[in-house]
Amino acid sequence: MTRKNRRLIFLLAGFSALTIAAVLVLSAFEESLVFFYSPTDVIAQELRSDVPIRLGGLVEDGSVSRASDGLTTTFQVTDMREVISVTYTGLLPDLFREGQGVVVEGHLGTDGVFVANEVLAKHDETYMPPEVADALKKSGQWKGTVP
Amino acid sequence: MEGNGSLIGEIGLYALILALVFSLVQGTLPMVGTHYGVGAWIAVARPAALGQFIFITLAFSMLMLGYIVSDFSIENVALNSHTDKPMLYKISGVWGNHEGSLILWIFILALFGLSVALFGSNLPPTLRARVLAVQGLISFGFLLFTITTSNPFTLLNPPPLQGLGLNPLLQDPGLAFHPPFLYLGYVGFSMAFSFAIAALIEGRVEPAWARWVRPWTLAAWCSLTVGIALGSWWAYYELGWGGWWFWDPVENASFMPWLAGTALLHSAIVVEKRDALKSWTVLLAILTFSLSLLGAFLVRSGVLTSVHAFATDPQRGVFILALLVIVIGGSLVLYAWRAPALKSGGYFSPLSREGGLILNNLLLITACATVLIGTLYPLFLDVITGGESKVSVGPPYFTNTFIPIMLPLVVAVAIGPMLSWKRADLYGALSRLRLALAVALLVVIIGWYTIENGSFLSLCGLSLAAWLFVGALVDLGERLKIGRVGLGAVWRRVIAQPRATYGMTAAHMGLALTIFGIVASTSWETERLQVMRPGQTADIAGYALLFVGVKDVGGPNYNSVRATFEVSREGAYIATLQPEVRTFTDPPMQTTEAAIRPTITADLYAVVGDPDGQGGWATRIYHKPFVHWIWFGAAVMAGGGLISLSDKRLRVGAPGRRKFNRRRAKVTAA
Repeated sequence: MTRKNRRLIFLLAGFSALTIAAVLVLSAFEESLVFFYSPTDVIAQELRSDVPIRLGGLVEDGSVSRASDGLTTTFQVTDMREVISVTYTGLLPDLFREGQGVVVEGHLGTDGVFVANEVLAKHDETYMPPEVADALKKSGQWKGTVP
Repeated sequence: MEGNGSLIGEIGLYALILALVFSLVQGTLPMVGTHYGVGAWIAVARPAALGQFIFITLAFSMLMLGYIVSDFSIENVALNSHTDKPMLYKISGVWGNHEGSLILWIFILALFGLSVALFGSNLPPTLRARVLAVQGLISFGFLLFTITTSNPFTLLNPPPLQGLGLNPLLQDPGLAFHPPFLYLGYVGFSMAFSFAIAALIEGRVEPAWARWVRPWTLAAWCSLTVGIALGSWWAYYELGWGGWWFWDPVENASFMPWLAGTALLHSAIVVEKRDALKSWTVLLAILTFSLSLLGAFLVRSGVLTSVHAFATDPQRGVFILALLVIVIGGSLVLYAWRAPALKSGGYFSPLSREGGLILNNLLLITACATVLIGTLYPLFLDVITGGESKVSVGPPYFTNTFIPIMLPLVVAVAIGPMLSWKRADLYGALSRLRLALAVALLVVIIGWYTIENGSFLSLCGLSLAAWLFVGALVDLGERLKIGRVGLGAVWRRVIAQPRATYGMTAAHMGLALTIFGIVASTSWETERLQVMRPGQTADIAGYALLFVGVKDVGGPNYNSVRATFEVSREGAYIATLQPEVRTFTDPPMQTTEAAIRPTITADLYAVVGDPDGQGGWATRIYHKPFVHWIWFGAAVMAGGGLISLSDKRLRVGAPGRRKFNRRRAKVTAA
C-alpha cells in the first residue's frame, strides 16, 4: 500500500465519521431543542400545546399553593406583564421561592395551565437565569444591577 | 485584628502584582532570547518561573490566611466566609468563589512552570526556555485578568463584623476537593499546550518531546478524571435529584477537555513509539487546552443557563473571551504556519496499532465535537437571532449523538492493544479475543432469560462492558503468555512487563466498570414519589421503608428537619435512613440532604420534601442498581493512569529511546 493510498483511507475514515456525526447531530437536534419563552411570548404566540418548552419568569408572591395530594404544587410565573399558571408534581428544588426567578420545562395544557415536568434548580440564591433576566428586561421590569 | 487584616490583603495584592511582573519577564525575555541566541535572556526563564511561583504562593497563602482568621476587611472573605463555618470549609471557601478559584488556577499554573524549571535539565535548553515562556504568557493573561477584573484582595473599610457565609451546597467534603482536582487537570493540559507551541516555534517534534508531554498529559488526565467523578458524585448525593450527570454546560465544559485529553494521551504514544502523527498530536495538545479555557469561559461568564450556575458577571466574560480568542486564534495561526514543517516518519498500514489509535482519536474527537455543538448551539442561536430565540439542548441530544459514537470506540478499545505496530493481523487479534466474545454473548443470552424488564439495548450495554473487561484481561494474559509458557516464565514476564501495560489494562477495565454502572443504574432504576405519614411504609425493589417520623435537630451552622426511615427486607431490619432538609442562616438557604445506603449491588436513596400540612411529608425514594460502579470505575481509570505514570520510561528524565527498546527486545525474546 502506498503512502497516498493510506492517506486516502484515513481521509475517507475521517470523512465518514464526520458524516455520521453530522447526521446524528441533525436528527438529534430535531427532537431535543427546547425553546424558551416568557409568559408574554406564550400568550402572544398561541403556542402548540404538545411541544415541550421552557418558561421563565418570577414566581409571583402569594401564588404558591399545594394540592391535597401533598405532591402537586401550583404557582404563577410572571414577567410582570403577563401571568401563566404552572402545575408541578414532585419535590421542588431548594431554592424555589416566591419572588425569585424560575425556569420550568414542560408543555402548555389545552386549558392554558402549564404542566411542568421539571423545575430547574439553581445553586445560588443570587443567581438569575439569563433568560429570565432578559425576559424581565424586555418587559421593562428589570431592577438588577448587572446591565 | 483590623490592623493585621488590611496587612494580609495588602501583602496579597503586592504579591500578585509582583507575580504579574515576573510572569511578563518569563513570557517575553526567554522567547526573544531564544530567537536571537542571547544566552543571558534564555537563562532568565528559570529564575523568573521560580519568582513567579514564590509570589503566587505568597498571594494564595495570604488569601487562605484571610479565610482562616476570618479577616472580614478583605471583601472576598466577608462575602464568602463566616466565623461559624467549620475549618475545612473555611479553607475550601478560598476556591469556592470566582476570585479565589482564579488564584488557585494561577497557583497550579505556576507550580507546573516551576516543575519544568526544576526538573527539565534533560530538555534542550532552548525548548525549555520556550516552554517556560509560553507558560509565563498564559500566567500573565490570567494574572492581568485577576488583578483588573477579579481582585480577591479588595479591602472593605470599615470591615463588617460578620461574613455572609459560603453557599451551603458547597459545604461538602466532595466539593471541597472537586475544584482543585479539576484545575490540576485543566491547567495540567497547559503543559502539553506549551510544549506544542514551543515545538511549533522550533519546527521540530522528536520522540523525546512526546516522552515529556505524555507524563504531564497523563497526570492532568488523572486529575481531571478524579475531578469530574467527584463533581458527579457530589451532584448525586448532594443535590437530592438522584441524578449524576445532566449534560449541563458546566459539566460538558469539563468533559470536553477530558475527551480531547484522552485522545492526546493515546496519540502521544504514537509520536513516542513510532515517530508518527506529530502534527496531529501538536494540534490535539492545542485543542485540549483550548477546550479547558473554553470551559473556564463557559463556567465563569454565565453566558449559558446551567443548573450548576452560580452568580456571574458578564464583564469578566468579555475579558476571558478576549483571552480565549488570543490563545486559540494565535496558536492555530501558528499551527497553520508551522505544522507543515513537522515531518513524520514511521510508515504504518491502516490496520495496525497506530491505525487503532487513530480510530480512537477520530471517534473521541468526533464525540467531543458533538458535545461542543450541543453545548454552544444555544449561544450561537442567541447571537444570530439577536437574543430573540432562546433555546436549550436537552439530554436526549447528547445521549442520541454521544452514545452511538462511543459504541464502536468501546468495541475497538478491546481490539486495539492486541494489534501489533506497523502492520497487524486483525483475524489473529479477534481469534485471541474469542473468550471475550463468548462472555459478551453469554451476558446477552443469560440476561435475556433472567432479567425481567431488560430492553435489548441495555443488554447490549452490559455485553459491551463484559467484552471490554474480559478483553482487557485477555490482552494482559497474552502479554504475559499465560497458559503458553511455564509458571516461572510467566512470573518473570509479570515482573518484566512495563508498568504502563498494567496501567492501560486497569484504565480499560475501569472504563468497563463505569459503562456497567451507567447501563445498570439507568436501565433498572426504580423511583417512588409519595406523601407519607409516620407509620406508613413504601415498598421499592423488594425493600420496605417504614416512615418513622420527623424530628428537628441542630447542626454547627444550620437547623435541620430530619426524617427517619427504617429499611427492612422480608421483615428483617436492614438499615436506618435519615434524609434531612437543612436551613442555613448565613446565607439564608435550604439544602436537601439525601440519605443513601450504598452497597455493591445497589443504592437505596431517600429524600424528604415539604410537609403537606396534614401530618404527611412528601418523600421520594430511589433504588439504583450498581450506581456506585460509575465512580468506582472512574477511580480505577485514574488509578490506571497513576500506575502508568510510575512507569520508568515515563519518568521525567527517562533514559533515551534506544535504551529501553533494547530492554523490550530482551523481554520479547525471553
